[in-house]
Amino acid sequence: MFSTSFSWNDLQFLLNGAWVTLQLTCWAILLGTFAGLIFGLLRALLPRASLPLAWVLDVFRSVPLLIQFVLFNSLKSIVGLNISAFSVGCIVLGVYAAAYFTEIVRGGVLSVPLTVRRASRSLGLSFFQDLRWIVLPMASRVAFPGWLNLVLGVMKDTALVMWIGIVELLRASQTIVTRIQEPLLVLCIAGLIYYVMSLVVARLGARLERRWQEND
Amino acid sequence: MFDYTFQWRATLRALPDMLAGAWVTFETAALSMIFGVLIALALTVMREARHPLLRGIGNGWVSIARNTPSLFQIYVLYFGLGSLGLHVSSWFALLAGITFNNAGYLAENFRGGLKAVPGTQVRAARSLGMSAFQTYRMIVVPQLLRIVFYPLSNQMVWAVLMTSLGVIVGLNNDLTGVTQDYNVKTFRTFEYFTIAAVLYYLIAKAIVATARLMAWRLFRY
Repeated sequence: MFSTSFSWNDLQFLLNGAWVTLQLTCWAILLGTFAGLIFGLLRALLPRASLPLAWVLDVFRSVPLLIQFVLFNSLKSIVGLNISAFSVGCIVLGVYAAAYFTEIVRGGVLSVPLTVRRASRSLGLSFFQDLRWIVLPMASRVAFPGWLNLVLGVMKDTALVMWIGIVELLRASQTIVTRIQEPLLVLCIAGLIYYVMSLVVARLGARLERRWQEND
Repeated sequence: MFDYTFQWRATLRALPDMLAGAWVTFETAALSMIFGVLIALALTVMREARHPLLRGIGNGWVSIARNTPSLFQIYVLYFGLGSLGLHVSSWFALLAGITFNNAGYLAENFRGGLKAVPGTQVRAARSLGMSAFQTYRMIVVPQLLRIVFYPLSNQMVWAVLMTSLGVIVGLNNDLTGVTQDYNVKTFRTFEYFTIAAVLYYLIAKAIVATARLMAWRLFRY
């Protein structure tokens, strides 16, 4: 009675899409973490001078990601950059992640009490030593849950790259739907894959967080 | 290398249509927030309930809404319901998808807010003779809304940004949909989408400003 034309090949196709999703997430988070760390430190340490930076990053948080993809994709063609759609996806998602991570880092750095920093400076640490050995370790504890949320958020937002023509998990599922015409089943499988990926990342993060707390 | 001429004049002629689209976007987001808050309140209560089925539904809703992309949720509503013979319009699928998503995220916020309302107050209210519903309505929820006010305004901005996904399931009267319509007619992608981006930015800023104003007016004491 219950029969389906969903085959192992289709599942493999979906898993390939999931692999693209993971790759995109990885690159975007790498870029976002790196840029966000620098911007966040700038925002926390030089609040007045980096105000324009805050305005620029605010734009990336107030414009839908879909429109950012389209804009950057067309800008790429206008300027004549010859990069793949995958790189466009990585760059846009990376900048988007950086915009959010900047605020997270800033919050983390500002959560370190000023008295602690004064104490470290009066113990003879230089500005950069204080930053490296006192502020960053303390701030990373505060910022980590936010970072983890960002990773999960970016993983879900990678679904939007289908609009600029990258075959990731959701696009792959749609391709299969068009062929075998069983949307509910295929979408459920795709959803399950997303769910499992998110759950694994969340669990790993929670474990790391617990281990960090033991050492504090 | 750079031989593209921008055509802003012609693009700006589409502005009235796009403003109308922006209004649809705002309306959709506002509706999804209203339903989202109501459902999230129900979910919050359900997750506190003793009945395992109620708790299971509440927890399941929240974890599915938070662990899958919102675009996926809209897809399931649009294509998935279609395969069950329920044909919904793309606007309805969009609204329901965003509401589902909002409710999940807000329920998590509300749970955090609920923890901040001391249990002693609930007991005090109950011992003053209020029913459980009255306690929630008159003691817990007002304090809860005050705590979650900023997350709420954030979620509203999110909802506006999420409405742009409607275009993927074929919606053509919201801001992104109108923009895309003009785009496929004229291929002035960059110009049209820049205007759309500016409009989205203005909507988001207007919401944040209104929220600040409301907070200043409401939480003065």
